[in-house]
Amino acid sequence: MAAAADIDPMHQFVIEPIFGSFGHNNPFVFTNSALWTLIVLGTIWLFMFGGMKRELIPGRWQVAVEGLIAFIDDMVDVSIGPQGKAYLPWIFTAFVFLLFANLMGDMPLGIVAPAHPFSITAQFTFTGVMSIITFAIVLGVGFWKHGFGFFSLFVPKDAPFVFKIFITPIELISFLVRPFSLGLRPFIAMFAGHILLDVFGNFVVQALNSHSAGGIAITILSMLFIMFVSMIELLVAAIQAYVFAILSSLYISEAVNLH
Amino acid sequence: MDVASAKLIGAGLAAIGVGAASIGVGFVFGSFLQSAIRNPAASDGQQGRLYIGFAAAELLGLMAFAVAMLILFASK
Repeated sequence: MAAAADIDPMHQFVIEPIFGSFGHNNPFVFTNSALWTLIVLGTIWLFMFGGMKRELIPGRWQVAVEGLIAFIDDMVDVSIGPQGKAYLPWIFTAFVFLLFANLMGDMPLGIVAPAHPFSITAQFTFTGVMSIITFAIVLGVGFWKHGFGFFSLFVPKDAPFVFKIFITPIELISFLVRPFSLGLRPFIAMFAGHILLDVFGNFVVQALNSHSAGGIAITILSMLFIMFVSMIELLVAAIQAYVFAILSSLYISEAVNLH
Repeated sequence: MDVASAKLIGAGLAAIGVGAASIGVGFVFGSFLQSAIRNPAASDGQQGRLYIGFAAAELLGLMAFAVAMLILFASK
């Protein structure tokens, strides 16, 4: 326990003011979270505007941007149907923001001390608000399109009456848990991955400081594990963005089409 | 039993969930491969569902890991 007490993997998630606070007792401070949100947004702007030249023979950059849009467009088209075009902006925004934020939180810049990347999607505030927006769309569209008929979403269509009594409450609970699980999923994936990298990074430093043969072995094993986890993290960063987008479009599809 | 050793035991118990989730992830990919090899033509259309299943199974393992880490490092 003595060695473990030195490791503080939660410190990387602390939101703290940078560049000092402006004035005394001023609640509006510029935090590291705000800085990295701006960096992520700037990167997305650069990427999107670089590919929006609309040339007849597209360059590599334009193909990349158009491919990304076509990928999400196809997914929305398959899961929602012909009415899906209206929901493409939000699904695409969520996908691109999560993808860029996840990938930029994984950047190995920790060697340069002030450039330590702050993973903004490892904060539940970000992913939770994105999940709330999705469910605001689901509830808004559902009640606007179907009125109180939206509640028939919870009743299975062709089931015997006895089944309906039991399945309807289960469906309702499942629906109520969804906003939570949708926001929790990208958050916890980034959170756990960054803790894992931090803990094993600490193992490397502590083992090197022990100056023993066993320490060297532990260092090499930890470094190999960090490389492995980093590769898994890159995969997970993309998969979590994709899963958020596809689950959002599935939930919106239920509200639009009702079964 | 003092609090420090109870913490370590609790973190170890929470880590069981990581192994259980690995069974789930293996099951997802195993089932996908079984059916994909039987009907390779239909497998490309099911990639999205494959990743949903993977993410759902993996989430629970990550949650178990996060709980273990919270017990070890975040609780004072």
